[in-house]
Amino acid sequence: MSHPATQLRPPRARHRRRPLGEPPAVRRLLIGVALAFLGLFLVLPLGFVFAQALAKGVGFYFATLHQPMTGSAIRLTLLTAGIAVPLNCVFGVMAAWAIAKFDFRGKNLLLTLIDLPFSVSPVIAGLMYVLVFGAQGWLGLYQNAAHPVFPWLAHWLNAHDVKIIFAEPGLVLATIFVTLPFVARELIPLMQAQGRTEEEAARALGASGWQTFWRVTRPNIKWGLLYGVILCNARAMGEFGAVSVVSGHIRGRTNTLPLHVEALYDDYNFTGAFAVASLLALLALVTLALKTWVEYKNARLNETV
Amino acid sequence: MTKPRPLAPPRIRILPGFRLTFGFTLFYLGLIVLIPLAAVFWKATALTPSEFWQTITQPAALASYRLTFGASFCAAVVNAVFGLIVAWVLVRYDFWGKKFVDALVDLPFALPTAVAGITLATLYSPTGWIGRLLAPLGIQAVNSQTGIFIALTFIGLPFIVRTVQPVLEDFDPELEEAAASLGANRWQVFWRVILPLLLPALLTGFTLAFARALGEYGSVIFIAGNIPMHTQITPVVIMGELDRFDYARATAIAAVMLVVSFLLLFGINGLQWWTNRFNANPAA
Repeated sequence: MSHPATQLRPPRARHRRRPLGEPPAVRRLLIGVALAFLGLFLVLPLGFVFAQALAKGVGFYFATLHQPMTGSAIRLTLLTAGIAVPLNCVFGVMAAWAIAKFDFRGKNLLLTLIDLPFSVSPVIAGLMYVLVFGAQGWLGLYQNAAHPVFPWLAHWLNAHDVKIIFAEPGLVLATIFVTLPFVARELIPLMQAQGRTEEEAARALGASGWQTFWRVTRPNIKWGLLYGVILCNARAMGEFGAVSVVSGHIRGRTNTLPLHVEALYDDYNFTGAFAVASLLALLALVTLALKTWVEYKNARLNETV
Repeated sequence: MTKPRPLAPPRIRILPGFRLTFGFTLFYLGLIVLIPLAAVFWKATALTPSEFWQTITQPAALASYRLTFGASFCAAVVNAVFGLIVAWVLVRYDFWGKKFVDALVDLPFALPTAVAGITLATLYSPTGWIGRLLAPLGIQAVNSQTGIFIALTFIGLPFIVRTVQPVLEDFDPELEEAAASLGANRWQVFWRVILPLLLPALLTGFTLAFARALGEYGSVIFIAGNIPMHTQITPVVIMGELDRFDYARATAIAAVMLVVSFLLLFGINGLQWWTNRFNANPAA
């Protein structure tokens, strides 16, 4: 599913003339309806998170954040995003290079495949990895097989007690899946629009492949890449459904921040849950601010060109 | 795959790295997407056809399809109406704080779904800020289908705004002026000229919001409660089977949802193709 809602928009020619207006009363009514709708569904919940987080005072708020469980959840979230985002970033650049700079058959199929994770329910994404790596899945069958294909591999897996589901690797894999399209979706249309001539000129002038990418392509895709990384990171840190399936909810070990929020909420520690949730809400606000900043920079860049 | 098409002039590849990047792309997609996806269809065959049919048509599953599709549809309709108004206001009018409002529209994308879930559940609970006002009216939002609708409306909010907004920005004012000079009043111009041209974008946004709502989990579970046959959406039913370690049944229901998602994905691609073609014509 292409995600027009999360795409850095190309510059557009603005129509100089103002369109015909509505009577002031209609205009005010429409602005009022729009602001009331957004206020009810966006501003109120956002404010509510912080109000609830501080409901028992600043002391309780910071006490919750200083708990070892919260600390381990923060570390796990940072670790997961720290692995998933760079990997998807490399994938995004590679896929965009192959798709935008070369012609081959089946390109549309490849584009659809890259979009696929957006249209799979997070719960099903988690389920898929349980089926591959879980105790009843392919990995489990292999480990327990009487005559495995590579006996040394099965032996090694059993000797080291390799666990993927209900452990960190499963969390990372599920996060990689749900955030896979973000960077690629951002870069493919951008690099397609930029064409191949600049890179071809660089090659003709004797630049190596890497020099061409680093000195010619990279400056052109800088803002698009950053935009994709910001969105990818927000989703990686906030993912809930997919990691919920593969995590096993071992507190202090396999609970990321969103899962820790759920655990506190299920314990009826509502203020604690909202205190941790406020960290994620702050992350969302930082994401929106960075996103707006990149859009602004990108628009200015296109004006000066 | 790498051979040039017949009849096309042979293109000399000046740029390097096709094998590396294309190979890596296929390898990564295979590992992360295709093999796990194949596992779903492998596991679904663990059931006999009659078991499979019985699983996907059990009363709890049927009730969850009805609820998931119904609530997602209603939420997408509400978002279509209000999203169009928000997009209109953001493109056509100036008011104080417009840039801030524009940035805030993407909040449902940026806010983790679990945070949205506990926030809406508490906000609409009988003691919450909004639930307190609804309780005297006899509206119960938490542990009800209304709550699911509210959560899905929140999740789908940015889709319509962000698909309609660019089309509205590109809209040629001359079309409206022509209609007005021919005697149409403002409402007729909107209804007969503007709305038909916005329709493809509106439909695309609607389908995107609907598709997103079908698979949503995190923001729904807290406000929905977990009342069997009444407030269990399909992802929750799958989760329930997983908690019982009944992977085959979970996979059967998941396979149904996957097929629906893929059909929607193709529908969306078709709609976007239509939107692009549609918008290319009047601009030319």
